[in-house]
Amino acid sequence: MAILDVRNLSVDYLTDDGTALCAVEEVSFRLEEGRSLGIVGESGCGKTTVMMALLRLLPEEGRIVNGQVIFGGRDLLHCSEAEMRKIRWCEISMVFQGAMNALNPVRTVESQIVESLRLHITQDIRVARERTGELLELVGIPAQRGRQYPHQFSGGMRQRAVIAMALACAPSILIADEPTTALDVMIQAQILELLERLQAELALSLIMVTHDLGMVAETCDDVLVMYGGMVAEYANSDAIFNDPQHPYTQRLMEAFPDVEEPGSTLASIPGNPPRLDELPPGCRFEPRCECQWREAFCAQKMPPLVELEPDHCVACHWASRIG
Amino acid sequence: MERGNYVLRKMTFAVITLVAIIVFNFILFRILPGDPVRLIIHSPRMTREAQERIRANFGLDKPVWFDAERLQEGDVLGAFDSQFTAYVRNLAHGDLGISFASRRDVAEVLAERVWRTVVLVLGGDLIAIILGMILGLVAAWRRGTKLDTAVLLGALFSWALPIFFLGIILLILARGHLPVGGMVAPGLKPEEGLAYWLDVGKHLILPTITMAIVYTSEYVLIMRSGVMEVLAEDYILTAKAKGLSTFRILRDHALKNAALPMVTMIALTFGYTIGGAIQVETVFSWPGIGRLMYEAVQKRDYPVLQGAFLLLAVSVIVANLLADLLYSVLDPRVKAE
Amino acid sequence: MNALKQFIRKPMGVVGAVMLLVVVVVAVCAPWLAPYDPQERVQVTPDDILAPPDAEHLLGRDDAGKDVLSQLIYGARVSLIVGFTASFMSMFIGTTVGLVAGYYGGRVGNTLMRLVDFLMVIPDLPLMLVIIAVMGRGLLNIILVIGLLGWTYTARLVRSQVLSIKERQFVLRAQAIGAGGGRIILRHILPQVLPLIIAQAVLDISVSILAESSLAFLGLGDPTLISWGMMLNFAFERAISRQAWWFLLPPGFAIVLISLALVLIGNTLDEIVNPRLRTHHLFDPRRMVALVTGTPPQSEAKVAAKAR
Repeated sequence: MAILDVRNLSVDYLTDDGTALCAVEEVSFRLEEGRSLGIVGESGCGKTTVMMALLRLLPEEGRIVNGQVIFGGRDLLHCSEAEMRKIRWCEISMVFQGAMNALNPVRTVESQIVESLRLHITQDIRVARERTGELLELVGIPAQRGRQYPHQFSGGMRQRAVIAMALACAPSILIADEPTTALDVMIQAQILELLERLQAELALSLIMVTHDLGMVAETCDDVLVMYGGMVAEYANSDAIFNDPQHPYTQRLMEAFPDVEEPGSTLASIPGNPPRLDELPPGCRFEPRCECQWREAFCAQKMPPLVELEPDHCVACHWASRIG
Repeated sequence: MERGNYVLRKMTFAVITLVAIIVFNFILFRILPGDPVRLIIHSPRMTREAQERIRANFGLDKPVWFDAERLQEGDVLGAFDSQFTAYVRNLAHGDLGISFASRRDVAEVLAERVWRTVVLVLGGDLIAIILGMILGLVAAWRRGTKLDTAVLLGALFSWALPIFFLGIILLILARGHLPVGGMVAPGLKPEEGLAYWLDVGKHLILPTITMAIVYTSEYVLIMRSGVMEVLAEDYILTAKAKGLSTFRILRDHALKNAALPMVTMIALTFGYTIGGAIQVETVFSWPGIGRLMYEAVQKRDYPVLQGAFLLLAVSVIVANLLADLLYSVLDPRVKAE
Repeated sequence: MNALKQFIRKPMGVVGAVMLLVVVVVAVCAPWLAPYDPQERVQVTPDDILAPPDAEHLLGRDDAGKDVLSQLIYGARVSLIVGFTASFMSMFIGTTVGLVAGYYGGRVGNTLMRLVDFLMVIPDLPLMLVIIAVMGRGLLNIILVIGLLGWTYTARLVRSQVLSIKERQFVLRAQAIGAGGGRIILRHILPQVLPLIIAQAVLDISVSILAESSLAFLGLGDPTLISWGMMLNFAFERAISRQAWWFLLPPGFAIVLISLALVLIGNTLDEIVNPRLRTHHLFDPRRMVALVTGTPPQSEAKVAAKAR
């Protein structure tokens, strides 16, 4: 059962002189209940934009110009702002990139978690405080430290506190945007472990946005690969890692260092991601594609997202023809 | 204990600044060319006895700082029997000298007028702080709209106005409707109780409005840019993602964070506030310390000038110290550097 | 230049620049523009004192019977001279102190900043008042007093900017190849700080002009020169009771004109230099979704259809 169904989501950004840059185009995916979806891609490929659009938290220049976000039987894009406020945090919550700064530095950690509880769950301060203590313990922070201020927490602790805060209202979906960037490896492992545990304990559906394939391999059931604002490939984790169809995905897998062959050279993908103001009419990966079957046709016509096998979609002319 | 260190540092600094001001005051009035006391002494109209008396009073027969010879002889106490020590000693006793113009104790004159300036400054500043913070917050929140532009232009315009000229304009406009000069209508005495104080209040209206307008503009500009920075922070986005309404975000997250740097800025601009008081008191003939300085300048009443300057400087130092202390209480991030 | 193009796009800045230009032109062309020479002695009859405007004296006459308009025109000179000179002095001192304190840090930096803190605490106008009262009135004294007291804010600003630039790559690289402190400051750090300094300088000029006019109004201006502040000093004492607005108001508005011009320019420059690129999060959220919401959303219709 899909708990979240995103169809044809398109987001533009308006520039100073009024022109619209297409940041995300026709992105579709589903989040199955209880499973975790990893969204991968280079910086700037639009993955964070998609997440922000889901909760309608885009910056001032963002415009959602197309699509549907179906959650709980209704389209979130057509809800009023007041309805969205009830859904935010309570049903869908988010841990932003750079979560260290997500906490207000002049308020105690506890007060900020209590705030979300009192907004959505209960007015009673005592109950809220108790629950906050439980939440902090859940993520491995001693409850009494809640009364401290964010600057008194280490980076890893702050990350965990933000996760605790995100789970305060027992949402059905948690979106984690780069939950481990800027943390050292040990803490990264801890956070990932924590997320996995929480997912199991709380029957959480998780969306993880990251550029770290290792993390995706370890924790995600399904993977959405994005490139240039569009979906390149969308399949379950096994399929993506063992049978990637899109040339970009294939290169990503190659670029990933193999522990079993430490001496091999790291492959990288030459070239740069497409500029939003210079988008080609056809496949956006084409300029960097080294696929031997590449044709002029690729650059002219946009490859549609085709379902090759059940639960394995690719947007590539070559892949969909061969497969 | 981190805060304790901070407090100690700030108080030490205040004391050092105080000492430096005292020394500076002394230098300015005794040593610089145009030393007023000497000018008086050498005036041909002075009788011999009067000259001797003043000389003795001001200790002009003694060395300025200390006597090097006596120091070498080991006579430490004697060595420091100087003009400077006499000055400091007098200061410690609250003796700020005698006014040339009125022949009264400077300290007495100052004490008499101080509350009038305090009332004016506090009243105007308080209104300005409240108005400034509200307008600044709203302007920043509604950034880019016509309201924001209007507030910004209004603030820039008021800021560009010379304070005394604003006073003059208000004076012209309010003529006939509100009292425009002095503290109280001639004839009313303090003994008459309420009638007296009400009239004082009426006279206070225009000067206070003038102060309030000017300082509001300053605080609006500061608050507006402060709030704009705060509203771009990640924790505001988080608050939004939590589902908080705009009003609650402004109240519970933005306000306190933006108010903190305001505390520091209000303290920093307090010197400017005092300068404004001088201008306003002059325009409206409000008999406070500011007006006193203006009159003292005209009459070349140097002891009064010196005393008033010391008083004002000390007030600003104390105000800054209080603001620092307040800041340390409000901001949990304050630690010893 | 990029900055120039940005500046032209902002109406506030352009208006300010035009206003400033007007004042500068008036000041420079004073001898040709002013109908009378304000320094010239005139024979006046009692009727001429505070005479209202007429054909020969467009702004009437002052308390000494002299033409107000001419004084107004010449007054621009003092304001501009004091404003620019005093400001140049304070910007120079402030920038130097800020650069040194920021770059070298340590004891030198700390001592300098203590000095800055000390000067900042002392109230400006009372101090200027007292110094001029003791040292005498005169253009040079006024410029010195304003310039020597106004540098502290700039010093702080520059220092904090230098501190953040100091750790950047290009500085570290220059140090690595052995470039000396002075060279690094001048060639690498100063260009980065310059835009900020210029924006600040413009605002500083307006502060200097306001300071001069306040001092002049309080009776401490240079008695040999005409300045707008001094005109207001005379007007306030003598023209108010006679309601001679033509003498009382124009100098004040002239000060407002130049001061506002500089403030508008300075504020615009500040917006360009400090663009605050991060727009804030509390804008009107209704703009975000550009979808048409008139018809019932497709999804609900589909779900309803499926349920049947």
